[in-house]
Amino acid sequence: MHIVVCMKQVPDSAQIRVHPVTNTIMRQGVPTIINPYDLFALEEAMRLRDRFGGEVTVLTMGPPMAEDSLRKALTFGADRAVLLTDRFFAGSDTLATSYALAGALAKIGEEFGKPSIVFTGKQTIDGDTAQVGPGIAKRLRLNQLTYVARIAELDLAAEEITVERRAEGGVQVLSTRLPVLVTMLEGTNEMRRGTLEDAFRAARTQVVTWSAADAGITDLTKCGLRGSPTIVKKVFAPSARAEKAHQIPTADLSFEALAEAVMGEIFARQPAIEGDLMRFSSGQ
Amino acid sequence: MAEAPKQAPAAAGRAATKKELPEHFKAYKHVWVVVECEHGVVHPVSFELLGEGRKLADKRGAELAGVVMGNDRAAIAAAAAAAFEYGADLVYTIADPALAHYRNEAFTKGLTDLVNTYKPEILLLGATTLGRDLAGSVATTLLTGLTADCTELAIDEEGSLAATRPTFGGSLLCTIMTLNYRPQMATVRPRVLAMPERQPGRSGRIVEHPLDLAEDDIVTKVLRFVADRDSNQAQLAYADIVVAGGLGLRSAENFQLVKSLAEVLGAEYGGSRPLVQKGWIAADRQIGQTGKTIRPKLYIAAGISGAIQHRVGVEGADMIVAINTDPNAQIFDFAHVGIVADAIKLLPALTEAFRKHLSVNRLAG
Ligand SMILES: Cc1cc2nc3c(=O)[nH]c(=O)nc-3n(C[C@H](O)[C@H](O)[C@H](O)COP(=O)(O)OP(=O)(O)OC[C@H]3O[C@@H](n4cnc5c(N)ncnc54)[C@H](O)[C@@H]3O)c2cc1C
Repeated sequence: MHIVVCMKQVPDSAQIRVHPVTNTIMRQGVPTIINPYDLFALEEAMRLRDRFGGEVTVLTMGPPMAEDSLRKALTFGADRAVLLTDRFFAGSDTLATSYALAGALAKIGEEFGKPSIVFTGKQTIDGDTAQVGPGIAKRLRLNQLTYVARIAELDLAAEEITVERRAEGGVQVLSTRLPVLVTMLEGTNEMRRGTLEDAFRAARTQVVTWSAADAGITDLTKCGLRGSPTIVKKVFAPSARAEKAHQIPTADLSFEALAEAVMGEIFARQPAIEGDLMRFSSGQ
Repeated sequence: MAEAPKQAPAAAGRAATKKELPEHFKAYKHVWVVVECEHGVVHPVSFELLGEGRKLADKRGAELAGVVMGNDRAAIAAAAAAAFEYGADLVYTIADPALAHYRNEAFTKGLTDLVNTYKPEILLLGATTLGRDLAGSVATTLLTGLTADCTELAIDEEGSLAATRPTFGGSLLCTIMTLNYRPQMATVRPRVLAMPERQPGRSGRIVEHPLDLAEDDIVTKVLRFVADRDSNQAQLAYADIVVAGGLGLRSAENFQLVKSLAEVLGAEYGGSRPLVQKGWIAADRQIGQTGKTIRPKLYIAAGISGAIQHRVGVEGADMIVAINTDPNAQIFDFAHVGIVADAIKLLPALTEAFRKHLSVNRLAG
């Protein structure tokens, strides 16, 4: 079985700082990481491979330096890595990204075998849209399984898969036919520590690097900025609230007295809350 | 080595690509809201969207329509009636056994057909697991722009939808537009928008549409639905009072102090993201940009610094009370009431004060 995991290299957003004067992102020296949500997808893919046999290919679209993330994935235990990189992809929104990735996935199918499962993470931490997975599914006509918490059954002979999907207010148990696109929910597994063997293998493995043309993507009007229906009109910092919090003086007060003062302040500002609380407490 | 990609042009460069709207898109009018109706109940986010959709439609001089898809005709009629009372002028309905439970294939077909037939200018969905699953495939099918998790929707001077959302991990906001394609699609998370007033007795037109999809042609089957036993998922987002703790509480044991106060107040409890990462609280108790957005009447935050990603999830609260030992903590920049104090000591005192006050007044009353 061939499984492809789509990953993204993202800036470690915990480290992003905004310039206080110009309101621009200070990217210099911000380390990049594999989008943390994608690791759940990668681990799930490798577990399936370990159980059922086959190969895991990791695919990423990005600048040449995104190779770092692919190498990292190889050390975790992925079998093959494909980097899709071309200046024509710069400025892609989610629609253009799904077009490019779908093209690369089709090429991967021709070169290395058609994938039965394409995984993505639930979303990325820099874009947070959760749109690329469904976009790929639609373009490649893969059955779409989003927010998957568990893969309950996989029957390769019958080409069937059953999953538990997080839905509003509960879990849906869905069964469908392969090939599928699965977006994996976070917290569903724990990424293994790659073995020494994986590290050696990763060091020997060439990352397959494709330009748009290499991947057979010829319609450049659907790529990058030109292929993106959305336009970023402006980027700005959130405005501060006009006034700061009213501070309740704490000097020399016991915690009991302070608590009384806080409760008094709450009731004085929102008298309705006191009534609500009375009703709640007498209803108990 | 491949050539290094050029830097994407600056934001202004992208906006400059505005062209005259293609002729075939000029027929696209009106604002639509997908009314999410699973297991016979309308998700409240749909009403929030109708409230916002009403304003957008009025600004465009257009109509506001709801879209209800399902199987149970009574539930569809009830959802449509509710949509009218929350501001819809008309509701498109598709009733079909294939729509009994949410499935991507059937719902994508239904919504895509409706859009292609009746041509909305703006299409809004809740950023729920259903809305995000559906919006992504519908936008790709229609090859149009979709902006996820918007925090603000507006109509710009030229009549286009300006959708604002957090970016770069929430440290900045960006406004995104779909100028040359229709419909302009956006999702909004529950509780980000205010719940509009319900107008009892308000009514509108219903337009029925067929699904034209046989069950045999749908590959994906719903085998079961297991409802959450502890449905705090919805309750936290919609609670009137929320008490939350942060790293300032120092230990999982101390988090009990938050729960005790919440219990006395009949409130829901939650926390900042690091508490989830440390395993002190469950992931569905996280408040903030990557957790729940809340709009309670009262929000009490104890030992939370007030990082921007937390702030965006709580700003809709009527009153924010913050307890923090650091007088310069960011949370005091947006809280209404601040107390510079040790939360580990103040929380139990508050619990006791409320307990006493409520029991005394109950006896008196
Ligand atoms: C992409 C991204 C998404 C994120 N999403 C979220 C999100 O959804 N929700 C979220 O909350 N965070 C989120 N974060 C994390 C966020 O940036 C902050 O790191 C986090 O909110 C800080 O949590 P905290 O306030 O509990 O901890 P800290 O920032 O460590 O603050 C602890 C506070 O407690 C105070 N304190 C210490 N001792 C006491 C005491 N005894 N009594 C009272 N106060 C005390 C300290 O003065 C300090 O202000 C996200 C970050 C990123 C990068």
